[in-house]
Amino acid sequence: MASEVLRAPAIPVRRPRLSPLNARRWQNFKANRRGWWALWIFLFLFIASLFAEFIANDRPILVSYKGEILFPVLVDYPEEKFGGFYAVTDYRDPVIQDEINANGWAIWPPVRYSYRTVNNELPDTAPSKPYWLFTPEERCARYPQGVNDPNCTFGNLNILGTDDQARDVFARALYGFRISVLFGLILTAASAVIGVTAGALQGYFGGWLDLIAQRFIEIWSSVPTLYLLLIMASILPPGFWILLCIMLLFSWVSFVGIVRAEFLRARNFEYVNAARALGVRDRTIMFRHLLPNAMVTTLTFLPFILNGSITTLTSLDFLGFGLPPGSPSLGELLAQGKNNLQAPWLGLTGFIVISLMLSLLIFVGEATRDAFDPRKAFK
Amino acid sequence: MNALLSVRDLSVAFTQSGQESLAVDRISFDIAQGETVALVGESGSGKSVTALSILKLLPYPPASHPSGQILFNGEDLLDKDETDLRRVRGNDITMIFQEPMTSLNPLHPIEKQISEVLKLHQGMGDKAARQRTLALLEEVGIREPEKRMNAYPHQLSGGQRQRVMIAMALANKPKLLIADEPTTALDVTVQAQILKLLAELKTAQGMSMLFITHDLGIVRKIADRVCVMTGGKIVETGPTKQIFDNPQHEYTKHLLAAEPKGNPPSADLSAEPVMRGENLKVWFPIKQGFLRKTVDYVKAVDGIDVTIRAGQTLGVVGESGSGKTTLGLALSRMISSEGVIRFGTKDINQYSFKQMRPLRRELQIVFQDPYGSLSPRMSVTDIIAEGLQVHEPKLSVDERDARVVAALKEVNLDPENRFRYPHEFSGGQRQRIAIARAMVLNPRFVMLDEPTSALDMSVQAQVVDLLRSLQQKHNLAYLFISHDLKVVKALANDVLVMRNGKAVEYGPSEEIFARPKSDYTKALMAAAFRIETAEQGAVSE
Repeated sequence: MASEVLRAPAIPVRRPRLSPLNARRWQNFKANRRGWWALWIFLFLFIASLFAEFIANDRPILVSYKGEILFPVLVDYPEEKFGGFYAVTDYRDPVIQDEINANGWAIWPPVRYSYRTVNNELPDTAPSKPYWLFTPEERCARYPQGVNDPNCTFGNLNILGTDDQARDVFARALYGFRISVLFGLILTAASAVIGVTAGALQGYFGGWLDLIAQRFIEIWSSVPTLYLLLIMASILPPGFWILLCIMLLFSWVSFVGIVRAEFLRARNFEYVNAARALGVRDRTIMFRHLLPNAMVTTLTFLPFILNGSITTLTSLDFLGFGLPPGSPSLGELLAQGKNNLQAPWLGLTGFIVISLMLSLLIFVGEATRDAFDPRKAFK
Repeated sequence: MNALLSVRDLSVAFTQSGQESLAVDRISFDIAQGETVALVGESGSGKSVTALSILKLLPYPPASHPSGQILFNGEDLLDKDETDLRRVRGNDITMIFQEPMTSLNPLHPIEKQISEVLKLHQGMGDKAARQRTLALLEEVGIREPEKRMNAYPHQLSGGQRQRVMIAMALANKPKLLIADEPTTALDVTVQAQILKLLAELKTAQGMSMLFITHDLGIVRKIADRVCVMTGGKIVETGPTKQIFDNPQHEYTKHLLAAEPKGNPPSADLSAEPVMRGENLKVWFPIKQGFLRKTVDYVKAVDGIDVTIRAGQTLGVVGESGSGKTTLGLALSRMISSEGVIRFGTKDINQYSFKQMRPLRRELQIVFQDPYGSLSPRMSVTDIIAEGLQVHEPKLSVDERDARVVAALKEVNLDPENRFRYPHEFSGGQRQRIAIARAMVLNPRFVMLDEPTSALDMSVQAQVVDLLRSLQQKHNLAYLFISHDLKVVKALANDVLVMRNGKAVEYGPSEEIFARPKSDYTKALMAAAFRIETAEQGAVSE
C-alpha cells in the first residue's frame, strides 16, 4: 500500500529544453543582432577552415584509377601506385596527371594549392599578383599549351596572388586562420581550466592558501612574458605545442582574479550554507553551487582572452619567434607584407583576415556579455 | 470632504518582452487633509507600485499608465513634466522607504544629506540650514543631535537611520508623507518607537499620510482609513474600525484571520533531550594593530545553557544583534564555539567536518530567506535530493525520486512541479521546499532561523501550522529563532529571551508570556502584541 503511494502514477518527463534562465539568455543573445550574425559568420568560417584540406590542397579529393577509388586527401599513396618511384605522390606533376586521366578521373578541391605548395607556373616573379590583375594570356604563359592548357583553370590560378616563395596566399590565409583560431581556443580552454581551478580553491578556502597564492600570482604575473618567450623560443625547438605550453604558463593568471572574487562572494550565500548544513562535500559544493556563479563572469571574459591569445601568437610570428618556418601563419603573412611593400596583396590579406577574425570574436563576446547581464532589458 | 490627494481610476502596466501586464488595475482612493490612509495587502498586490506612481518614480518605460488621474490639490500629477514634478517631490509630497540603510547615501554625513534638501527646495544658507537640521533631528527624537550631525549612516542603528530619513522627509513641511513599509526592516521594539514618532509628528504638523504595510497590527494602531489591496485592485475601503469589526470582502476576512494561531503542545519535562548546550560561548576576537593582536572580544553568545527535547520547541527571541542566530549556528556546528554541545549522548563540539557528516542528516537547518537559500540554478527535485545523495548514496534513481515526491507531499506541495526551478514558486512555496529539503532526511533536530519573517502574514500562519504538524508526526525537536513573538507564542513550549549574547529569561513559554520578569521582556511583548513603546533604557533604539 505504502509503496503504491510513493510510486507516482505517471512520472513527469524531465524538461529537456533550456532552463528558463538560459532561455532568457539565449533570447538576449539573439537580440544583439550584430553578435548573432557575427556568431554565424564566425562559425561558418571556422567550420569551413576545419575542412581546409578539402578546399585548398595540392592533391585531389577523390581519384578513380584503374577501377579503384582512392582518397588522396586522407591517405598518402606512394607514387608506385601510379607508376612512379617517389614515396609520396605529387599529383600536380603533369606525368601523374596524364596517367590518372588515362586510367580514370580525379576530383580536385576548388583551390589546387596547399599552404606549402609552390606554384611552378608563376606568370611573374614571386611574389606575384592575384590572377585577375593579369590578362588570360599572361596568366597562362608558363603552361605548355598557353590559354588552352587543361591545367590553366581556376583552381591553379592564385586568387590572392602568391607570397615571396611562390605559395598561394589564399591557401596560406585559410590554413593560417585555422591554426590561429585553434591555438586561441586550446590556449583559452586550458588556461580557463587551470585559472578557474586556482581561483576557485583560493576563493572558497581563503585564509593562508589565498594569501600565499595571491602573492605568488603577483610575482608570477610581473614576469615580462614576451621577453621570456623570446628566450625560451631560442632554447626550445619552436612548435605549436611548445608555444602553447609556454604561453599557458602565464595566461591562466587572468582568470584567477574574477573567479576568486566570485567564490569569495558566493561562499557565504545562504544556499551554500544550506548545502554545507546537509553535509555536502566541499568539492561538490564548489562544482554544483559556486561554479555556475563564476561561470557567468568567466564566459564574459572568455572572448577577450581568446582574442588576446590569437594576437600574441600573431605578433610572435610577425617577429619570427613563433611557429616553425613554413607553417601557415597570419603573423608571417604580415611580416612578408612589411618586407614586400610592392606586393600590397600580402599585407592587405593578412590585415583583413586578422581584423575580421578579431572583430567577429569581439562582437560575439559583446553579445555574450549582454546575454549574461541580468540588468539588461530588451524590448 | 475636500481631498488633498485623489487617485482616480489609476492603472499601472509593465511591458516586458512585448507582453503587457497590469500591476495596478483602475484603483481610486482619496486622502483628506490630516488623515492617515493605510494601503494594506500582501507582497505583489501592487501597493508599492501605487505609491511610487504618485510621484512618478517608476521606470518609464517599461511602466506606463493606461488610465487614471492623480489629483494633488486639484492638479493632475500624471500630466506634469519632470521639472514640475521635481517641485512637488520632496517638497509637497515626500516619501520614506523600507530599507533605511540603502536609502541614505553612505558617503555623506547625515547633516549634509538633510541640509541638502533644505538648500535645494528652500534656498537656505549654510547657517540657517544647519540650525534647521538641528531642530529637525531634535524633533525626530535623536538624542544629542549636535554630536550626531556629523555621523555617517553606518554609525547609526537601524532605528536612528529611519529617524534621519523621517527628518529628511519632514524638512520641507510636506502636505503628504508616503511611508512605504517604513518599519518592516526594524525590530519590533524599534518599530513601536518609529510608529509613535510618526503619529506624533503627523498631529503636530497636520499633514496627511499614506501608509503602506502588510501588517494589520500596525494598521489598526495608526490608520484612520484602510484600503485593502489584492491582485492590483482595491477590494475594500472604509474606516479602520469598520474594516476590522465588520469586514465585507472575502479577502479582508482572510487577511484578518491570518494571524498565527494555535498553541504548542504543552511542555513535557520527561521527553528525551535531543540537543543540549552547556555554558556555550561564541566570542569573535577584535584584532588591532600591525600584529593583529587580539584586544577584545565581541561576545555574540556568552555562556548560554539550553536543552531542547524531542517533540518540543525552544523559541529564541530578542532584538537583532542579541545573538539568536549565532546561538543556533553554534548548536548546529556551523560555526565554532566553546562549551559543551551534547547531541543525543555525544559531545559533538569538537567533532571534525568528517565526523559531523553522518550526524548532519539528523541535524537540519531551515534558513530565513527562502529566496536566498535555494540555488537558483537547480530544479526543486535536485535541491531536495541533494542531501539524499550525500547520506543515502545507495538509493536508486527511482527510490530517490519516490522520497522526493513523499517529502513534497508532506509539505503540501504538488510533486508534479518538482522539475521546476525555485523562481517559479512564491515565497511561501519556496519556504515549503526548504522545509522539504530538511525533512527528506528524517532529522531529529531542526534549527529554524526566522523561517517566517520573510513571508506574508497569511503564509506565515500556514507555515507555522505545517511546522507544528510535522513536529507531532515525526517527534521533532525545534530550535525556533524569531523576533516575532506572535509566531513564537504559537509554536514554542520553552522560550529563551536573549540580549547581548546573554540569557535574560529562560523557561516555559506560558510562564514567560503570562508573567514576564524583566523590563526587557515586557518591552518586547508590549511592542510585539500592542505596538507600544517602553520607557527609555529597557530596549535599544
